[in-house]
Amino acid sequence: MERIPILRMGRFLLVTIQVDMHDQLALTLQDDLTQRIVTDRAKGVLIDISSLDVVDSFIGRMISSIAGMSRILDAQTVVVGMRPAVAITLVELGLDLAGVRTALNVEKGMTLLQASTD
Amino acid sequence: MAHDHEIRVERSDPLALKTGEDVVRLRQAVRERAVAVGFTLVDQTKIVTAASELGRNTIQYGGGGEAIIEVVANGTRRGVRLAFVDQGPGIADISLAMKEGYTSGGGLGLGLPGARRLSDEFHIESAPGKGTRVSIMRWKPY
Repeated sequence: MERIPILRMGRFLLVTIQVDMHDQLALTLQDDLTQRIVTDRAKGVLIDISSLDVVDSFIGRMISSIAGMSRILDAQTVVVGMRPAVAITLVELGLDLAGVRTALNVEKGMTLLQASTD
Repeated sequence: MAHDHEIRVERSDPLALKTGEDVVRLRQAVRERAVAVGFTLVDQTKIVTAASELGRNTIQYGGGGEAIIEVVANGTRRGVRLAFVDQGPGIADISLAMKEGYTSGGGLGLGLPGARRLSDEFHIESAPGKGTRVSIMRWKPY
């Protein structure tokens, strides 16, 4: 079965979404991530969406769900690399990703995660 | 001259919408047309996102159907028109379905109102037992 790889870096999990995800793939990622937060005892999740040229309401909802679920599992989520055109479109669509922390790039996201989990 | 404002339409073959992978193919096909028409990156993203919302609706609520992509030229104006057609159960209350946050299927209720905001023109025809047809148009700004 097709899956998005999840890498572990110390206390954090790193996900780089590099394909145009169909809905089932997004749901699988959500399940895999929550599972890995528990098994790896991760304190943070960094999701890099810089390759995504579209984020629609389904993917947006998945991002919000991952942030909410990881918070309940005592891990922080940071979403990095959103393209400007995607951000403009998301807000016009009606999604503001409330409760999801974002950073401009992987480096800034890592700094944010480290600062908030020390 | 009348010929200056002749509306020309280039229609692509209908794209089947049955699975989540079909929505991915739809996004790619709409992106290609939007690029060909010369849309800016933001305008491409808006129409592709609207297509993704409506394509998912066709599958989830209409039980599957098809999408038709057209490149429309009206004089010097060009744009992309999309139609989503299903033979599903139809929508009994269209104004309710267009309401922000209303969903009959566990979604966020952003699909229809969101797609309308992302488009220049929006039409919906539906009745119980008659299926649904949604069409949107986005023009390339001058």
